[in-house]
Amino acid sequence: MTLWLERHVPKLVLAPSFAAILLFVYGFIAWTGWISLTKSRLMPKYDIEGVQQYTRLFAAPRWDVAMNNLYIFGALFIVIAMVLGLGLAILLDQKIRAEGVLRTIYLYPMALSMIVTGTAWKWILNPGLGLEKVVQGWGFENFKFDWLVNTDYAIYTIVIAAVWQSSGFVMALFLAGLRSVDTEIIKAAQVDGIPTHRIYTAIIIPSMAPIFLSAFIVLSHLAIKSFDLVIAMTNGGPGYATDLPATYMYAMAFSRGDLGQAASSAMIMMLVVFTIVVPYLYSELRTRND
Amino acid sequence: MKFTVFAAATAALCALATTSVAEPQAEVLHWWTSGGEAKSVAVLQQEFKDAGGTWTDMPVAGGGGDAAMTALRARVLSGNAPAAVQLKGPAIQEWYEEGVLSDISAVAEENGWADVLPEAIANHMKCEGHWCAAPVNVHRVDWIWANKKILEDNGIAMPTTWDEFNAAAEKLKAAGITPLAHGGQAWQDATVFETVVLGLGGAEFFQKALVDLDPEALGSDTMKAVFDQMRLLRGDVDANFSGRDWNLATAMVMNGEAAFQIMGDWAKGEFLAAGKVPGEDFLCASTPGEGYLYNVDSFAMFDVDGEDKEAGQALLAKLIVGPSFQKVFNLNKGSIPVRTDVSLDDFDMCAHTSSEEMASSSENGSLLPSYAHGMALRGAQSGAITDVVTAHFNSDMSSDDAVKMLVDAVAAVQ
Repeated sequence: MTLWLERHVPKLVLAPSFAAILLFVYGFIAWTGWISLTKSRLMPKYDIEGVQQYTRLFAAPRWDVAMNNLYIFGALFIVIAMVLGLGLAILLDQKIRAEGVLRTIYLYPMALSMIVTGTAWKWILNPGLGLEKVVQGWGFENFKFDWLVNTDYAIYTIVIAAVWQSSGFVMALFLAGLRSVDTEIIKAAQVDGIPTHRIYTAIIIPSMAPIFLSAFIVLSHLAIKSFDLVIAMTNGGPGYATDLPATYMYAMAFSRGDLGQAASSAMIMMLVVFTIVVPYLYSELRTRND
Repeated sequence: MKFTVFAAATAALCALATTSVAEPQAEVLHWWTSGGEAKSVAVLQQEFKDAGGTWTDMPVAGGGGDAAMTALRARVLSGNAPAAVQLKGPAIQEWYEEGVLSDISAVAEENGWADVLPEAIANHMKCEGHWCAAPVNVHRVDWIWANKKILEDNGIAMPTTWDEFNAAAEKLKAAGITPLAHGGQAWQDATVFETVVLGLGGAEFFQKALVDLDPEALGSDTMKAVFDQMRLLRGDVDANFSGRDWNLATAMVMNGEAAFQIMGDWAKGEFLAAGKVPGEDFLCASTPGEGYLYNVDSFAMFDVDGEDKEAGQALLAKLIVGPSFQKVFNLNKGSIPVRTDVSLDDFDMCAHTSSEEMASSSENGSLLPSYAHGMALRGAQSGAITDVVTAHFNSDMSSDDAVKMLVDAVAAVQ
């Protein structure tokens, strides 16, 4: 009996959460997939009609804008946050005074919700209230910074706010990585008279590859599911210039009563996530088998 | 499941205890939760209680009704819909097609609704010939509000054509005043757009383009002219308009920062709340052109079980359209009564204008539903049009491209 328990208790304990995940994650993914193949409008309908929701989706200019924004936002956000985070981490790694305080200061934006970040940056970047007005008030009459209300540049203001929010967190990740590098190797390199920047580029950073991968995965899923930041900062505007797939999906499902369309856009979003996560899972599982 | 059984048992016991007289009961889902609106709905609640009913309030605020609609969907899916839900326009018929609305023709006929409601508006309250919703008020959408002092100082009269408006705008810009106070949100862009469609195209064109979605009208030269006018209007707003709320735009007119605003008559509430007097501090007039765009709030009646709930629903419908509620409610909300037989003695001059023009436009067929406020089209269709309007207004898209995009977008959601 005890033997049986020993063998089965872990499974029994895991069973409820397993069942819950099966239903609430994979069950609802399947449901959404089904709905995306129907003509559901206000309420879900279950007669499968084919892929016409997807045809509509890909023909919609607004969806094009949303996907383009996702690429622009995602690429810039991930690259800038990682570069800034790494830079800050390396600077903090120089055994400076008050490192704890500085680290906390940089990490703090992460404690704010995206809504707060978005609202604050909306005010800062608003040409009539924030930065532009202040600088003009200092006497620089020609200073112009109206990206937030400019259709072509508004998406970059979202990048600014998102980078501000997340680069401190990336810094913390990298800092932990820098500290975990074997100090013996570094000391040996120093004895050999290798300059510090070469130690970083040739030894420390290459040995942090797993950290880069984790940072990339965390940041990319933050980018794909970005929703609240856009809602707070621009609400998708001007026009729909800063729409992202998530805000598109929300608009279709909840404002327009177009469930089928919302479901098809959700499926596409999931595919985008898969293209990032699947290679990651693959590489993880492979290394474990070695 | 257990709960339903328990509830049924309780209900049965209660029914035994109170003998056969059913006490009217109604659960009401709405999103009138702020200031004047909350006050207005409290009036209805009081009347309902005075008539012996039990009112269960279900206010769901947020997202201009989006949150309430999500709540409604959940309730309907679980087979437990509220008795009355704040719904309007084609959304009523959309819910009817889901087979969940009830028939309140008995109440409507008993109280002679057909005789007191304008026909165009009454049609929105009917599902395949029978009454399924009760109208509350009429908001007029095609209003233009102006700061009287600015107009006098610059020698400008209230414009009656779009050309006059454009001339006035040039004059104001030369004087350093923003001609048009506007908030760059999609629905506000759409509001301005539909008044331009009505002004330049006339009632018949509006009906064809934005109600019947006739591709020929949507792709016509008139529509191009409408987008040309929108481009001109884009030059009349200040640099900082993006994302601004409508009431802040109203405040710009009030404070003399801007001359005009195009907005429905809920803007009047902002003027009045700030102590401004119509005709003295601010002016109200219909936007250039002939016609009347209405935005009618209403309550759709959902299927409910049980004598008490049915009685509650009937009582509610009767009170909503009743003259006393129509008057008190609309005084609070800034709109006008949907009944044509309510005395307007206590209403201001803007409301009088609105009421007179509603009657005259009802006769000549130019009483039209507002597309921007969900009275003319279903959500997916009006959303598709709004996407094009707001994309054009907020970029340097040409009118030709906009018209082409409009035709394509509408075709995709037919």
